Amino acid sequence: MRRNIITSFLYTAVTGILLGVLYPLLMTGLAQVFFHDKANGQLVTRNGVLIGSRIIGQNFTGADYFHGRPSAAGANGYDAAASGGSNYGPTNKKYIDRVEADVTTLQKENPGTSVPVDLITTSGSGLDPDITPAAAYFQVARVATARGIPVEQVRGLVAKHAIPRQFGLLGESRVNVLELNLALDKISEQISHY
Amino acid sequence: MTPNGWLQILLFFGILLVTTKPLGVYMARVLERERTLADRLFNPIERLLYRITGIDDSHEMRWTEYAAAMLLFSVTTMLLTYVLQRIQGILPWNPQHLGKVAPDLAFNTAASFTSNTNWQAYIPESTMSYLTQMLGLATHNFWSAAVGIAIAVALIRGIARKESTTIGNFWVDLTRAITRILLPFCVVFGLILVSQGVVQNLKPYDTVKVLEPQKIITTGSNGKQTTQIVADQTIAQGPTASQEVIKMLGTNGGGFFNANSAHPFENPTPLSNLIEMLLIFCIPAALTATLGKMTGTPRHGWAVFAAMSVLFFAGVLISYSSESQSNPLLHGVNQQITLTQPGGNMEGKEVRFGIANSALFATATTDASCGAVNSMHDSFMPLGGLVPLINIMLGEVVFGGVGAGIYGMLIMVVLTVFIAGLMVGRTPEYLGKKIEAYDVKMAMLYVLIFPLSILVFTAIAALSPNYGLSSLNNAGPHGLTEMLYAFTSATGNNGSAFAGLNANTHFYNLALGFAMLIGRFLMIVPMLAIAGNLATKKLVPPSSGTFPVTTPLFTTLLIGVILIVGALTFFPVLSLGPVLEHLLLHAGKMF
Repeated sequence: MRRNIITSFLYTAVTGILLGVLYPLLMTGLAQVFFHDKANGQLVTRNGVLIGSRIIGQNFTGADYFHGRPSAAGANGYDAAASGGSNYGPTNKKYIDRVEADVTTLQKENPGTSVPVDLITTSGSGLDPDITPAAAYFQVARVATARGIPVEQVRGLVAKHAIPRQFGLLGESRVNVLELNLALDKISEQISHY
Repeated sequence: MTPNGWLQILLFFGILLVTTKPLGVYMARVLERERTLADRLFNPIERLLYRITGIDDSHEMRWTEYAAAMLLFSVTTMLLTYVLQRIQGILPWNPQHLGKVAPDLAFNTAASFTSNTNWQAYIPESTMSYLTQMLGLATHNFWSAAVGIAIAVALIRGIARKESTTIGNFWVDLTRAITRILLPFCVVFGLILVSQGVVQNLKPYDTVKVLEPQKIITTGSNGKQTTQIVADQTIAQGPTASQEVIKMLGTNGGGFFNANSAHPFENPTPLSNLIEMLLIFCIPAALTATLGKMTGTPRHGWAVFAAMSVLFFAGVLISYSSESQSNPLLHGVNQQITLTQPGGNMEGKEVRFGIANSALFATATTDASCGAVNSMHDSFMPLGGLVPLINIMLGEVVFGGVGAGIYGMLIMVVLTVFIAGLMVGRTPEYLGKKIEAYDVKMAMLYVLIFPLSILVFTAIAALSPNYGLSSLNNAGPHGLTEMLYAFTSATGNNGSAFAGLNANTHFYNLALGFAMLIGRFLMIVPMLAIAGNLATKKLVPPSSGTFPVTTPLFTTLLIGVILIVGALTFFPVLSLGPVLEHLLLHAGKMF
């Protein structure tokens, strides 16, 4: 018994250092050497300014940008230091009311069209970087009008940015909102240069 | 449901099927200390560890000593995690300068990680320093998983050995599970996860200038409006991949971030999602082959595997079909499957995973005692949320936790052969061992402690408006389900949640903390007692009256026993929770 007590303490100390310090340091070293960009969160810079992570969503509310999904992360949404979902159950009145308000707003853009479901539901992380292609096409007319770019060009841009299923099989096809909006800004910039 | 969705589910199961035998046989060889090619690498490391920590690796333990060593080790590691959280403020690797964790929350978290539950009443990003996550939490993911493997192999030894008073050495089993099974896997698959975009760094959180600054208008309590421009986004970072991989492989489930495997930094792509799901199931599934190998009856291992598979597919089918359905309370919303969207119930789900991968993940994580989530179970449709709940209530024996799954299942096997014996009026036998009163008593203890903890704690919570009900996020039957799920998850050592429940209160931290310890340690002890008792028995040669445990008939009976023991106990409370909510949803009622 006494021997097992002593072993418990020693074993905790030794394997604690092995598994809790050496192992994560080894992994950090390997990750930083072989996958530097991925290991640091795929950060994006524009004109020398850090503007986000490629795989973390941001708030977009203006008419001239594609909008991501509603977000329950933090008080104002898309708080990447407080990830989380709404955790509303399917019969929760607050959930149904929130959806109804969003649908009313969104249908002003496309009267009579029903809104793609991902555009009025919060994601589990509150940081979903993606929307479905359906949700992107739904917003094409608004964005094109606001930017003064032909609808066809914006539609083509969405099609170009649609990420297919991984290996044609895994997951679902999607559009990365931040990348799409960066591409939009680039087009607008080119137009204003002429 | 779509053909592609089912194709992904079948691919997942196919890979699992292929890995089961080789991995299971490898684990049997490692744990039975047979010679392998890896000896030259691992033997010196292990010998050094034994010498430093005072382990005599030739010493064999009786079940009582085995249990005592396991309990002592668990208490010691639990203390370490408690203390680390309390003093993290003055320790290094704390770039966000997070302060000490409150005592009740620190107790809850220490109990949670020690018991392989990984229930999280805290928000990691704003509570735990990098050092606490690495040394206080991720270490437990290794330790508690290795304890699970050790206990499982001790039970299998009890079945396989004859007229023996001992069931192995706890420290040796623990060590070999860590050095030869868990750690090598983690290095390889951890790096694969990084290649997909799981972060791994020790830098402070990044602050970025967002593309479109937001004007936020808030109305204060005096009715005055204030406008605030939010131009920054703070992005939490950290040593995630090293913890992520063992969190899945050890069926622990405690997320590095609050959103767990829904967070893009924990689970960035559909491929990382597939790998994470496979990591949950690979060891538990392989342990059926370990059982077959160590007892010399591979077909028995496959019979158990078959029972698990049937229950797994039943869960996936119900979950996937429920989540594919439209919520009838939403109007003006396109919830249909089309070429450009998967439709269905997307609240709490990520676009990259869609419905199929969310339903599959939810089923797998609760079949096993993992509890990681890639979608929020609280927002599932009533019957979709019923599946994870029932999976835990069945005792997480569908592949189950690392080690915990197979030993939970073997308790069910003991009950099955006992009931089969009663039906034909013979003394039941299991692989040549007579199952007698003592074994069945211990098995019943194991079976009864579980619902007792869940139902009593839930009843207390439901009857106390100031402690239990005040934490609810949803009203009506869904609220009952939130509390029921919490105590089921804690006692079952799962750790997933109907996360709307605010569990960071004195009442829930303490009640759930005790539920987790009960669900782990009070259940392991009777199980080791069975192991010790079985090991002492003589081998009875099989006769024409022996009930074979390798046939489809056995598999069917086993499934029946699992469903009857699990489902009947909990049917009344389930009918007041998810079942009632399902009926009211379709009657158009909301709360």
